[in-house]
Formats: sequence, C-alpha cells, structure tokens
Amino acid sequence: MAMMTPLFKYGLFGEEFSLLVAFVLGIGFGFCLERAGFGSARKLAAQFYLYDMSVFKVMFTAIVTAMLGVTYLGWIGWLDLGLVYLVPTHLGPQLVGGLVLGVGFVVGGYCPGTSVASLATGRIDAMVYALGIFAGTFVYAEVYPAIKGFVNADAMGQVTLPEVLGLPYGLVVFAVVVIAVVGFWGATKVERWVGGRS
Amino acid sequence: MNPRPPSPYANPYLAGIGLGLVLLAAFVIMGRGLGASGAFSSTVSWLVNLVAPAHAQANEYMQQYLGDGSTHPLKAWLVFEVIGVAAGALLSGLLAGRAHIAIEKGPRVSSAVRLLCAFAGGMLMAFGAHLARGCTSGQALTGGALLNVGSWAFMIMVFVGGYAAAWFFRWQWR
Repeated sequence: MAMMTPLFKYGLFGEEFSLLVAFVLGIGFGFCLERAGFGSARKLAAQFYLYDMSVFKVMFTAIVTAMLGVTYLGWIGWLDLGLVYLVPTHLGPQLVGGLVLGVGFVVGGYCPGTSVASLATGRIDAMVYALGIFAGTFVYAEVYPAIKGFVNADAMGQVTLPEVLGLPYGLVVFAVVVIAVVGFWGATKVERWVGGRS
Repeated sequence: MNPRPPSPYANPYLAGIGLGLVLLAAFVIMGRGLGASGAFSSTVSWLVNLVAPAHAQANEYMQQYLGDGSTHPLKAWLVFEVIGVAAGALLSGLLAGRAHIAIEKGPRVSSAVRLLCAFAGGMLMAFGAHLARGCTSGQALTGGALLNVGSWAFMIMVFVGGYAAAWFFRWQWR
C-alpha cells in the first residue's frame, strides 16, 4: 500500500479544516492533561521534590506511545515520517531555553500547556501565570533583535538522534523504551523512598 | 451547594498512553505535533498590533506571527489547538469534580506571594520556550517522540533547571 499519511500533507483537506482538527486534538490533549492531574501546580511541582513523579511517567509514556506509533506506521508504509515537521535544532539556545524553562516551571508551577488546562478549571494562579507568559513573550519580542544572533546560532537543521549518533533508528527507539521502563521503575522506588521519609 | 469530593487522578501510565495517542493522531493527521507556547506568541503579536500597529509590524519577532496581514493573526493552528486544550481540560475537570476557583499553593505561602511567583514563573517560561523554539509540548513531548536532537537536549535541561531551582522554592509547595 502506498503512503497515505500525514493526511494534511497529502492534501486530503485544507487550512480551514485543519483548524477544526487543531481544536479537536486540543480537546484530547487538554482532557488527558487534566485527567493526569496536570491542572494542579502542586501535582506538577511535586516532580521536582520527588514525592510524585507523575510528570515524568506521563510524559515518557506519551513519548514512547507516539514514538512506537510512528515507528510501526512508518514500517508498514502508512506514514511518511519524512513529512512530519521537526523543529530545527539549535543546541545553544535550546540548552539555555530548557534551563530557563525548568527554573520557570518550579517558580511558577506550570508550563504553557498545563497552565491553560489549569486556568480552564478555575485556578487563579494559572491565570496569573498565563499573564506572565504574555508579559514574557512581549519582553522577548522586544529584545529579539538584540539576541537573535544567539537564538539562531548552532543551526543543525532538522536532525534526529539516530542521524547524529550514527545509529540505526530502530536501536535508538528500542533504547528509549528501555530507558523509559527503567525510569518508571526507578521513579516509583524514589517516590516510595521520599514518601516514607517525610 | 455541597460539591462532591473530587475523583482521584487517572493512572499516570493510562493518561500517558491517552496523551501519546493524541500526539500520534496529530502526526498522522497533520504531520506536526502538539504545542502551546506558539499560541501565546500569536496572541501577544495580535494584541500589540491592536494597540500599536506600527510598533508590532516593525518588530522582527511579531512579524512572524502577523504575517503579511492577509489572514487574522489568531487564525493559527496552535491558537485553535490551545482553545481545544482549555475546552478538554474543563470537560475533564467538570466530570471529575475538580473545576473550581482556587489558588494552588503549599500551606506555608501567602496567596499574594504565590501569585507573584506564578507571574514571574510565566515570564521565565515564556523566555525559555521562545529561546528553545517550543515548550514542554512542542519540544519535549513532540520532539521527544520524533527523536529530535534539540528536543532531547532541551528536555534534559528542563529537568536540570527544575531540580537546580527546587530547593530555593520549596516553601512555595510544601
């Protein structure tokens, strides 16, 4: 059977319909986030105090699920993985951005997606947090001309770990699954240890 | 009104599989992943363009989100997705008895300080996400599943940053 997905890239529908798809996918996304407890800043922050590692467990289960999904769909020839958009890699700004975002997570209690899930369920701190994102985005836009040299540094293009490491795609997928499973086991151990101590 | 006690949260692995399937659906249907921070960029660019159009249109960052003016800045994929996130979370929260007005904080911190931290955290988060070209959704989750090099580098640093800052903000949460 010939490749048939991503559907949008094969022209099965246009821009207007893609916005409806966005809304429906968003509903699924928000529903899962709230189900997991990620509408609560305390539940999210607990990841960094080790007594509840749900952030790690949910995130890595989702990564493994979607990763195995695209891998198998690609293997049977239903999905052209080359047409799935990859954010270009710029190591410097992405390392610094991750660090700043991690600090912001502990200070504010949310990330952008979870803050939307939280404010939708009535949390005032999430609404204030979202206002902070607006303010931070405005400041970023204002200073962008001064920092854009750094933002666009280290351009590596759209590149995957198997390409950079020179390893087979399947081996890296398998390694991520193993790391995740060992991580789940370790996370549960840590939760019990920290929970028993306090 | 006497609200019923909230339902317990879902098993993290079940919620993760659900989230992963939504992400997989985005890859298969759209050829792109999920996101969140980009919707804030579109909204801010639109707002600034309303208040000070000349300023917004002269700004290199906001230009990317305003486009050539032929389409409305809010008519963007991530804006519609994030509206969906709010709707889906509200639906889940209502079904579980968890949707109510409150300030999430630990017992040792005042509401005013918590809200101040929330605002500051949001600002830091925005800055980090824009530097990294995406946040926990657009980079860690989406790029993680696609084995994107920058996404994995970003994700590791999110945990490093979070754990490095955790001790200093312990009073806010426990």
